[in-house]
Amino acid sequence: MLIFERSESGRINSAQRTAALQPLQEIPKAMLRKQRAQLPEISELQGVRHYTQLSQKNFSIDTHFYPLGSCTMKYNPRGANTLSMQSGFLNRHPAADTELGQGVMASLYDLQEILCEVTGMEATSLTPAAGAQGEFAGVAMIRAYHDAQGDTARSEILVPDAAHGTNPASAVMCGYKVKEIPTNSDGDVDLETLRQVVGPQTAGIMLTNPSTLGVFEREIEEIAALLHQAGGLLYYDGANLNAILGKTRPGDMGFDVIHINVHKTFSTPHGGGGPGAGPVVANKRLAPYLPIPMVGVKEHEGTSHYHWLTEAERPESIGRLSAWSGNVGVLLRAYIYAKMLGTTGMERVADYSVLNANYLMKQLQKKGFTLAIPERRATHEFIVTLKSEAKELGVSAMDFAKRLLDYGHHAPTTYFPLLVPECLLIEPTETEDKATLDAFVEAMVAIRQESKENPEQVKEAPLTLPVRRLDDVRAARELDLNWYNQ
Amino acid sequence: MPFIPHTEAETRSMLDAIGVDQIATLFEEIPTSLCANAPQQPEQGLSEMEISQLMRSRANADDGVTCFAGGGAYQHHIPAAVWELTTRGEFYSAYTPYQAEASQGTLQLLYEYQSMMSSLMGMDLSNASLYDGASALAEAVLMAVRANRKSKSKRILIPKTVHPNYRKVVHTLVRHQGIELVELEYDAKNGTINPDSLKISDEDPGYAALVIPLPSYFGTLEDVHTLTDWAHSHGMLVIGSVNPIAMASLTPPGEWGKEGADIACGEGQPLGIPLASGGPYFGFLCCRKALVRQLPGRLIGRTRDLDDKEGFTLTLQAREQHIRRSKATSNICTNQGLMVTAATIFMSLMGTTGLEQMASGSYSNSHKLVERLSTIDGVTLAFASPYFHEAVITLSTPVAELLQALAAQKIVGGIDLSNDYPELGNALLVCATELRTDDEIEQFATALEQILC
Repeated sequence: MLIFERSESGRINSAQRTAALQPLQEIPKAMLRKQRAQLPEISELQGVRHYTQLSQKNFSIDTHFYPLGSCTMKYNPRGANTLSMQSGFLNRHPAADTELGQGVMASLYDLQEILCEVTGMEATSLTPAAGAQGEFAGVAMIRAYHDAQGDTARSEILVPDAAHGTNPASAVMCGYKVKEIPTNSDGDVDLETLRQVVGPQTAGIMLTNPSTLGVFEREIEEIAALLHQAGGLLYYDGANLNAILGKTRPGDMGFDVIHINVHKTFSTPHGGGGPGAGPVVANKRLAPYLPIPMVGVKEHEGTSHYHWLTEAERPESIGRLSAWSGNVGVLLRAYIYAKMLGTTGMERVADYSVLNANYLMKQLQKKGFTLAIPERRATHEFIVTLKSEAKELGVSAMDFAKRLLDYGHHAPTTYFPLLVPECLLIEPTETEDKATLDAFVEAMVAIRQESKENPEQVKEAPLTLPVRRLDDVRAARELDLNWYNQ
Repeated sequence: MPFIPHTEAETRSMLDAIGVDQIATLFEEIPTSLCANAPQQPEQGLSEMEISQLMRSRANADDGVTCFAGGGAYQHHIPAAVWELTTRGEFYSAYTPYQAEASQGTLQLLYEYQSMMSSLMGMDLSNASLYDGASALAEAVLMAVRANRKSKSKRILIPKTVHPNYRKVVHTLVRHQGIELVELEYDAKNGTINPDSLKISDEDPGYAALVIPLPSYFGTLEDVHTLTDWAHSHGMLVIGSVNPIAMASLTPPGEWGKEGADIACGEGQPLGIPLASGGPYFGFLCCRKALVRQLPGRLIGRTRDLDDKEGFTLTLQAREQHIRRSKATSNICTNQGLMVTAATIFMSLMGTTGLEQMASGSYSNSHKLVERLSTIDGVTLAFASPYFHEAVITLSTPVAELLQALAAQKIVGGIDLSNDYPELGNALLVCATELRTDDEIEQFATALEQILC
């Protein structure tokens, strides 16, 4: 039932009364609304019950194992939420004098420093609102750098064919053409092709390492040398940073700029699709172009005073990406998480996310599932291909994914990366225990058995969720996006 | 080990199953030349108790402030239930609803959001959110250039009465796509665009769209009907950049002029999102039905399942980067889902009447504030035209110092306009929402009197 169907004309939630309704005397009549907005008219209990019941129709990390590859669905500490929701943080206006916000400013400054240290870079800007905006910022910085050198002939950004869709889309927003680079069969970038396509037209390359195939790019030093020799720069997509936290740093690999998805690596909530935050971190060469505002510090009579760095202090910046200073509330959660880990805890994140992935990969392999790249170590994630199951049993990766929901596990990422047929990209994260991983393996084995004995049950899954498979074609053809327009 | 559940015995048995004797072996493919040096001063993690001590003292240092600033971020009443429900783990820790059957809660909520936001804006449809009001305007500009097929122009008319930071963000985000932003001056007496000053000669290549703010950054009301009709008669699309609380009472983009605006966007923060130093907020973007394929960001559609039962799913995904890659309408992926969850619950619990009361209370408190401040020597109202819930006042002394003196009394006195609008002199943008009490207004006025005399 929709909230609108619970609405009854004339019902008012008077507990939420804020002011007497008075005519807006000085507003010309032509500027007043003619038709009243149609929002639900419900009691507070109806609303609370409706949205509580809706929440119960969701899978979430708090309720289910969520091995969604490339998304790093680890536990989101409740403490980070509680501490970020204190009134001193929530009620601060973004334009307020910074002397009235030294608590939050100090936290943001410390986070900038932590992210520099973790990535081996020079300076951080926390302002991008999500990974894709961080990508845009990074590529725009590469462009600003080339422009500042008077090197305006560089028109291409190289992107591996296994990359996230945001990479090519971000490069295009920065006015670049995108050239795709193939991946070889063991998961590394095809160096031969790369050598042929790198040239004076190359502005840079966007890489994820470990790649979206769940393996570490072993030739990264050679790739970096190749690009730099040709005058191009390297952009690091931080989507998979969880696997190398404290082990190796993008700055040491030769990258010039990186974005971090704090809603992945630093455990801030995904919130059903955001908000994220995508800080960008750059080396000396690209630091001047970082987006504004950033947090600066001045020492005065033994006390640190934090303030915003804007156009005046950062004249070469690519500019502003948001009205204020990005998703501060998300960044506070990331800061709290980082402080709870310490540098010792960070390395353990990589240790145990990689241990869990390799264990799960091995157990699935032992049970007869086919790995996309069996000769390589998994990083924090790995790919199973169900090509032979699809051929022999007629069940697809999508069928497996949907049936897993009936077994109480969120589905892994399906059909990404696009290069591997019938693939499941599986990322267990470090916060899951062994018993959960074992239960997942058992579910996969059971589903394969069902596919032999009763394939319809798998093809029609899920059978136990609030809805069965939905008609996506109808959704697109008979667009129904607004209840009031029906 | 924070949040890592493994016992030593479990770790050992997992390593045995993999067939390695230590975790370090799992990292053997990383070239040794790249292995990070151990940090010089290894830092132990803090326990929840220890981090609580640190963060409570920091939050307390920032607390107890009275806010008279607006300028795109407003402190309104938020029902307690909004964030109690929004931070339920099932909303808070869920991913983007790609697996529709396992995400019906979020998907239905987003469909309800799209419906409510469309109604509030008087538009056909809404997407499921963008980052904030500024980036929503940038996406609206990009969308208008794609959608206006009749106009060959990639120029956009954007008045100086649009939030200065929004104009900066639009510049950052669209400049590499050959789009030119042409600024429109405002009338010095009224603080609005003067429609009579708008002239386009025959030789002029024209514009793809006109941006109209309501209320303007100065709090004033643009002549949206005349401007909309003028823009349409010159082959432009109309983009409304509006405040959602104001739209409960003021004419929404869908009602502007003879045909209504084509695109409506803005900052969703006033709908149940705390100020929180500027984020996370959310941007909204609505449009006419005919433009839906040019709309960026996620869209939720209502459909049927195998048993003909109602259900909700992401739709028209061929517009998006995960399908269309470099040809997508935008690079946006993660949006501001949880903020929209809060806004949907907020709109449901407040209802139309609740929003109208908020608009009314903000209007009357801002007028009370401005009238009281205007009684002080050295304070004048800058513009003669009507305003909604904020206004520009000019002062006899430099604004920056005055705001610092007010800050010392834990009052945020407004937003200093002297950098963005030097022609206005010592100008301050002030706001009082429905939350400000008569006592707080009097305290502000008294403090200002003491500082100015």
